Amino acid sequence: MTILIQQIINGLQLGFVYALIALGYTMVYGIVRLINFAHGDVFMVGAYFGFYAITRLALPFPLALLVAMAGCAVLGVTIERVAYKPLRRAPRIAALITAIGVSLFLEYFCSLRFVFGPDYRSFPRPFAVRNFDLGGVTVSNIQIMVFAVAIALLVLLQLFVQKTKTGMAMRAVSFDKDTARLMGIDVDLIISITFAVGSALAAAGGVLYGIAYPQINPFMGIMPGLKAFVAAVLGGIGIIPGAMIGALIMGLVEVLSAAFVSSTMRDAFAFGILILVLLVKPAGILGSSTQEKV
Amino acid sequence: MRTRQVIAAGWAIALIVGLAGCGGGTSNEVVIGHVAPLTGDIKTFGESTKNGFQLAIEEANQAGGLLGRVIRTVIVDDKNDPTEAANAAAKLINQDRVHYIVGSVSSKCSIPLSEIAQSNRVLMITPTSTNPKVTVREDGTRKDYVFRACFTDPIQGAAASRIAREQLHAQRAAVLYDVGNDYVKGLAEFFRDAFRGAGGEICAYESYAKDDVDFSALLTKLKGENPDLIFIPDYYNKVGLIAKQARQMGLTAQLLGGDGWDSPEMTRIAGDAIEGGVFTNHYSPQDPRPEVQTWVAKYQAKYGGKPDALATLAYDATLLMLEAIRRAGIDDPTKVRDALAAIRDFKSVSGSITFDAEGNPVKSVAVLQYKNGEQTFMTSIAP
Amino acid sequence: MRLRAGWIALLCAAGLYLIVLITGRTGLLNPYWLQIFQFAGIMTVSGLGLNVIYGYTGQFSLGHAAFYGIGAYTAAFITKSAATGGWMLLPALLAGAVAAGLVAFLIGMPILRLRSDYLGIATLGFGIIVKVLFDNSDAVLPTLGGSRGMTGIPHFTSWTWVFLCVIGAVLLVRNFVYSSHGRACISVREDEIASEAIGINTTQYKTLGFVLGCSLAGLAGGLYAHLYTFLHPMNFDFLKSLDVLLIVVLGGLGSISGTVVAACAWTLLLEGLRVVLPTEILDWRLVIYPLLLIVVMLLRPKGLFGGNEFRFLKPEERR
Repeated sequence: MTILIQQIINGLQLGFVYALIALGYTMVYGIVRLINFAHGDVFMVGAYFGFYAITRLALPFPLALLVAMAGCAVLGVTIERVAYKPLRRAPRIAALITAIGVSLFLEYFCSLRFVFGPDYRSFPRPFAVRNFDLGGVTVSNIQIMVFAVAIALLVLLQLFVQKTKTGMAMRAVSFDKDTARLMGIDVDLIISITFAVGSALAAAGGVLYGIAYPQINPFMGIMPGLKAFVAAVLGGIGIIPGAMIGALIMGLVEVLSAAFVSSTMRDAFAFGILILVLLVKPAGILGSSTQEKV
Repeated sequence: MRTRQVIAAGWAIALIVGLAGCGGGTSNEVVIGHVAPLTGDIKTFGESTKNGFQLAIEEANQAGGLLGRVIRTVIVDDKNDPTEAANAAAKLINQDRVHYIVGSVSSKCSIPLSEIAQSNRVLMITPTSTNPKVTVREDGTRKDYVFRACFTDPIQGAAASRIAREQLHAQRAAVLYDVGNDYVKGLAEFFRDAFRGAGGEICAYESYAKDDVDFSALLTKLKGENPDLIFIPDYYNKVGLIAKQARQMGLTAQLLGGDGWDSPEMTRIAGDAIEGGVFTNHYSPQDPRPEVQTWVAKYQAKYGGKPDALATLAYDATLLMLEAIRRAGIDDPTKVRDALAAIRDFKSVSGSITFDAEGNPVKSVAVLQYKNGEQTFMTSIAP
Repeated sequence: MRLRAGWIALLCAAGLYLIVLITGRTGLLNPYWLQIFQFAGIMTVSGLGLNVIYGYTGQFSLGHAAFYGIGAYTAAFITKSAATGGWMLLPALLAGAVAAGLVAFLIGMPILRLRSDYLGIATLGFGIIVKVLFDNSDAVLPTLGGSRGMTGIPHFTSWTWVFLCVIGAVLLVRNFVYSSHGRACISVREDEIASEAIGINTTQYKTLGFVLGCSLAGLAGGLYAHLYTFLHPMNFDFLKSLDVLLIVVLGGLGSISGTVVAACAWTLLLEGLRVVLPTEILDWRLVIYPLLLIVVMLLRPKGLFGGNEFRFLKPEERR
């Protein structure tokens, strides 16, 4: 039983990191209907920003986190302005392909020697690891920190989206872009803000990931990005709480299937469950099938 | 629109035919090719082998070249992708007209490379690929133009098992391996078979995927089995992670691994977790032999930082190639191949090399241990 | 004569075939480029398959490489196990295509109900599952090699085979698209509800498009296996699916000519960059390639051909 709880905690840790990435995917999709394949690589850049902030600039962890988040917010907005905005009127698939291009570019550019370099870097930990034993279950202070920071950011996001005027504008734009424009909302600005916030969250995810699984490399974003994207869809794409739930489920399924079923087939399991969920609930867990009026 | 398309097509064809025509060396050059993963997930390995290769060639050119001619190199990137490796091989052989290739790093790239080299009678030495199928086909036929400079998976796995049983006195071993990596998987299998054959018990044989960074699930499982030893034949980046997480979880088993552990980054990644860990390698940088010490100094002078096993093997492979060409006395791959196969006790950095009938070097396996953050020589296992 | 454009095109194609064949045999065209041309042809067939699925039937599939892989492993398994002989390639290719089509039919039944982006995820997930199965295939059938790779596949693919398959695929897709079945698929792409309303069995046509497209992928996979003689699961992962998607979108969705041109251009571009770049900046090849991709998409978001076709492919009344 304790093993089960132990694995659940491990799964939740992974799930929270996925959640931070998944939120960016779901917010951007909700607002411009784009699957931003480059998002996983923004996560990677965030991890590197955090790495350099801690090692080169010797910043304390919270400041490094903020620097990484700010840096990626800028990166996200830049990508949006340069690569996606010109394609807003074009077929959706064009922006998707451009996103793939941006993703490849970020990965290979960052692996060039004079940029980040291809080596696997060891991410510095802000404090030494200490384990707490709670009735047979080991929880480390790293895990607690990941939970704390992730939950704090998620709560902040919810407050931002639900209680502020900008958040309301974001919701309006994702509901109906043209009407929002008619209501006087600066749609371009809102889209940029969405990208900025999503990218900042991904950066936070990157830093936390680096601390929890202390290794970063330029290709680290591919798989987590993919899984986070799947998580976002699982929970209902475009729905923020859905992304959180989907991500936690993805993390748990991954860890539990590795622990109790088979580690070789773990990915097959995770995605198999995903397909089953989609077959039962085609619009995702929290998604609602919209009735299309003809 | 139509005329423009036709013109564009015409240019394209002209360009292609033009490019197709050019290439190939002049008669006062010997051309040697190098295939390595210069981009992609194992870029660092490709850079290491490229460094070793280039250093060897530079030295040779400074000493007057080969057969009185300058050595020209052509380096291509295979992205650690078998299809790219095959395309790169075709380019080297047909476009650049090379007769000798040092490469590639991973077995999945070396195997298609070896087939193309063999069918074109181009001599190939892979510095680091350990899958037996690189030099010998599944049906047993030998690709006689293909050699390697490192020991194979079966040898390394067996050596690791001997260490585990004889030196480390392990009875129960757990194995962790990357299911998607042929090198790691191969080593794991050979270790398992050898260990069982030596009377040991494999209490856990678990796999993970390439991109996994969280091993808590696996390690928790392992903890329940309480092994004496954990065999992790993966590369340093993964091993560092696993070691760290294992120690964090309170697993105190002895750690054992293969040559993938060899990297200056290992201690940076693993920290204290790797202390006491043992691994098999191609050579030991502490080996007092002059070949080793001069090599380490040369590499450090040119590239700053100690050479890892891959750079060393690439250097050795290139030296072997150059020596064989010298002995053959002529730029003819068939004659050079014969010269290469006949080499006995060649003094390379990684040991004294003699090739066996399968194109594999008969050499000892060095065994190293991490003590106080440094690699120290433990013992060596003769073939 | 009304058929003139079509005959001219066939003559040009035959001419191209002969030029490459002769220059290849005599050595004017070196085997490297011959190999690249064959690879371009294989990508064309695979791309045509995805074009049928996504360009014409509107089903967003991100798992195309999985079917490519199924075809490759099936065909390779047959030629490795059965008696050898170059003619063996034909039944092997057919078996690969059928196997891929069969799997597509089985997986399509539940999956094709999903809407666009969700279908993408489901096919993506399926692709990953298949790749994991490939990685572990040696536990079931040792000759498949698992993550060690499948070796020893006979080199049966030749320029002739590839060319014939490309011509065959182009003709097949072209005739399919301009038939009533093709029109039904296009209408499903345009508006599923309206299609149902006018009596088109959308499920049937979605499945038909999907199976046809995946069979072409299987065919391409079989050709690939016998060209490179080595199969490794990493060549069938989702990044490879993205490559095919790229080609199809770059060429223009719903354009056969676009897919053909884009497949060739993409292959030649990647290899051209390899040939052209000096050694010191070899690793810039994969930085330049996505930049070019982005630029092309920004300049021509509908793809190079954007739904248009070469004249000779269109039937007479449409010209």
